[in-house]
Amino acid sequence: MQPLTPRARRDPAPSRVAYRLHRLWLTPLFRALLRVGLPAFALTFAAGIYLSDTGRRAEISQTLASVQKTLEERPAFMVREVVIEGATDLSQAQVAALLPIDLPRSSFDLDLGALRAAIGAVDAVAGADLRIVSGGILSVRITERRPAVLLRSAAGLEILDAGGHPVGPASRRADYPDLPLVAGNGAGGQVAAAQMLWAAAAPIAGRLRGLVWIGERRWDLVLDRDQRIRLPQRDPVTALERVIALDQARDVLARDVVAIDMRNPQRPTIRMTAGATAAMHETRLLEQKTRLLEQRAAGQ
Amino acid sequence: MTDLYQAQRTMRNMRRAAMQRGVIAILDVGTSKVACLVLRFDGPDKFREADGVGPMAGQSSFRVIGAATTRSRGVRFGEIDAMHETERAIRTAVQAAQKMARVRVDHVIACFAGAEPRSYGLAGEVPLHDSVVTEQDVARVLAACEVPDFGEGREVLHAQPVNFALDHRSGLGDPRGQIGNRLACDMHLLTVETSVIQNLLYCLKRCDLELAGLASAAYVAGMASLVEDEQELGAACIDMGGGATGISIFIKKHMIYADNVRMGGDHIASDISKGLQVPLAVAERIKTFYGGVVATGMDDREMIEIGADSGDWDKDRRTVSRTELIGIMRPRVEEILEEVRARLDAAGFDHLPSQQIVLTGGGSQIPGLDGLAARILGQQVRLGRPLRVQGLPQAATGPGFASTVGLALFAAHPQDEWWDFEIPADRYPARSLKRAVRWFKDNW
Repeated sequence: MQPLTPRARRDPAPSRVAYRLHRLWLTPLFRALLRVGLPAFALTFAAGIYLSDTGRRAEISQTLASVQKTLEERPAFMVREVVIEGATDLSQAQVAALLPIDLPRSSFDLDLGALRAAIGAVDAVAGADLRIVSGGILSVRITERRPAVLLRSAAGLEILDAGGHPVGPASRRADYPDLPLVAGNGAGGQVAAAQMLWAAAAPIAGRLRGLVWIGERRWDLVLDRDQRIRLPQRDPVTALERVIALDQARDVLARDVVAIDMRNPQRPTIRMTAGATAAMHETRLLEQKTRLLEQRAAGQ
Repeated sequence: MTDLYQAQRTMRNMRRAAMQRGVIAILDVGTSKVACLVLRFDGPDKFREADGVGPMAGQSSFRVIGAATTRSRGVRFGEIDAMHETERAIRTAVQAAQKMARVRVDHVIACFAGAEPRSYGLAGEVPLHDSVVTEQDVARVLAACEVPDFGEGREVLHAQPVNFALDHRSGLGDPRGQIGNRLACDMHLLTVETSVIQNLLYCLKRCDLELAGLASAAYVAGMASLVEDEQELGAACIDMGGGATGISIFIKKHMIYADNVRMGGDHIASDISKGLQVPLAVAERIKTFYGGVVATGMDDREMIEIGADSGDWDKDRRTVSRTELIGIMRPRVEEILEEVRARLDAAGFDHLPSQQIVLTGGGSQIPGLDGLAARILGQQVRLGRPLRVQGLPQAATGPGFASTVGLALFAAHPQDEWWDFEIPADRYPARSLKRAVRWFKDNW
């Protein structure tokens, strides 16, 4: 038998412990645990211990806040001036009221999206374009709504754009002589039709007072001397053109007429004043008498 | 028999588990070296197209990802002799292979050369219940094989059905589904010493490894170094190892005989050591570098310095001619081959249709051995090298690794053994639930 105490020479074989450790190290789960899990745990643990003190946490948040503040208040990020472009006096004051006044201010504090939404909510503004340009300038480029019609309602005069969106109040009709004046319930939604009628009524523009939307379905043209042209629901422009043609041929509107009713296009009707009617009856009687006298004279 | 069944089935399950995990270790515990391979199973078709390796022996389904060899310690005649020494050697090899593979292996398939293998041919015959052969009938005929009394302290290592016969038709590979009246089968049973297996099991257990299979080194060396037609037509594989020379005879792709000559390369080295009066390590070195079995005139002039460390000038400057060395080696090689011849004759090898003999193992590298073997064993002798497998290092492709490579093939694609078939219903213990289930399966 070999001696039980081995000779003292290097044994190439790993010891049982070394062998087992090596096998353990080759176990994927153990390896992952040791290489990822252990450092992650140590890190979390250390961070947890460090942060468990309230004073330290406050200190850290304070430091962070101050760092953030210094960064934000660097001169490169400050907004010192506001430039509004494309605004007329109609909207200038309203837009200016919405913009921040406590300048200079850090551009990080400005919420351009919210500002843009707020400016866009102003009636007279169709769209706004905000940007911070170099030199610390907040540039506001405004696209205004274009006035299309004046709407007279119980609340007063109001300017509408082509889409029927209110632009702003108007104090006097005379300030906007070239805008059509419309009235009536729901007239605000009919701006395009009103504009077409206004254009078609150009020959009688001198006499035209405004347009009235009747019963939310058709238009009346109101002229001076309280004359009205009642237009049909369908094809009002053609009917208006017929009236204008009639006027140009027979001068109808200059006569003693209260209303020209075109509501039934096949049967245009004219309503006259009481005096005119009486005068017409008298003329007819006179004509009849004259005819009788002539017949009698011929019979004799 | 049920005991054996259970043990072998457990090993089969281990092997299946290892395959599922994809990594298994191969351990060849030899007399001169302990080799460990770590195989990775990546599915059968992973590497096939890469370099044209066919699926022939299942070697395309795995890849060697770790290989290590270490000098064996405590093994004699292919049997574990000093258990702790062997355990250390196994540990060294396994650790190095694991390190190379960068993966931990828990399951190991082992082979050993010694343990006095004995072959038995078994025959069994059963009448068929209904004329079609079913899986149950195969199980029954295997169970009907008359097991010889192989004595105390011996364990069945391999039990492979070699041949099936149905009525008068013999040579069936797979009788299932065929029609006949009587089913007969021939089985080859290989038994080894139980103590050797127990020693190996103990060593593996000490290394925290689970045994997923056991094989005889002679058998797996034949698997690796015989080509397909040799296995088919009949051939013997002589695995000339360090402490033992394994003999396995194959025909129709089955091993039909295995035996073991308890002599090998170590005996040659010890002869040299004694004859030249040099230490064993020096003798081994001289054998490896200058060894041979056929002397020529040139060898008279080739002087080998054998040296020594004694301090005596005359002794330290000794030289021998290569002829002298060959003169020492040749008788021992002849003796081994004569012994092999005797075993082959006893097995009736000369009745086989083809009598190809393949020499493999580390000992087969002696120059001129094929000529000498042809004189003793017969004309059809060739030197065999193991099959090439994926990822095997160049250093481990020599004939000395035939059984290692064969064991890898065995791990990938083991032949059906007795315990791979179902247990016939009447062999289950009475009152077993399995038996009831089996009865229902058979009758419904």
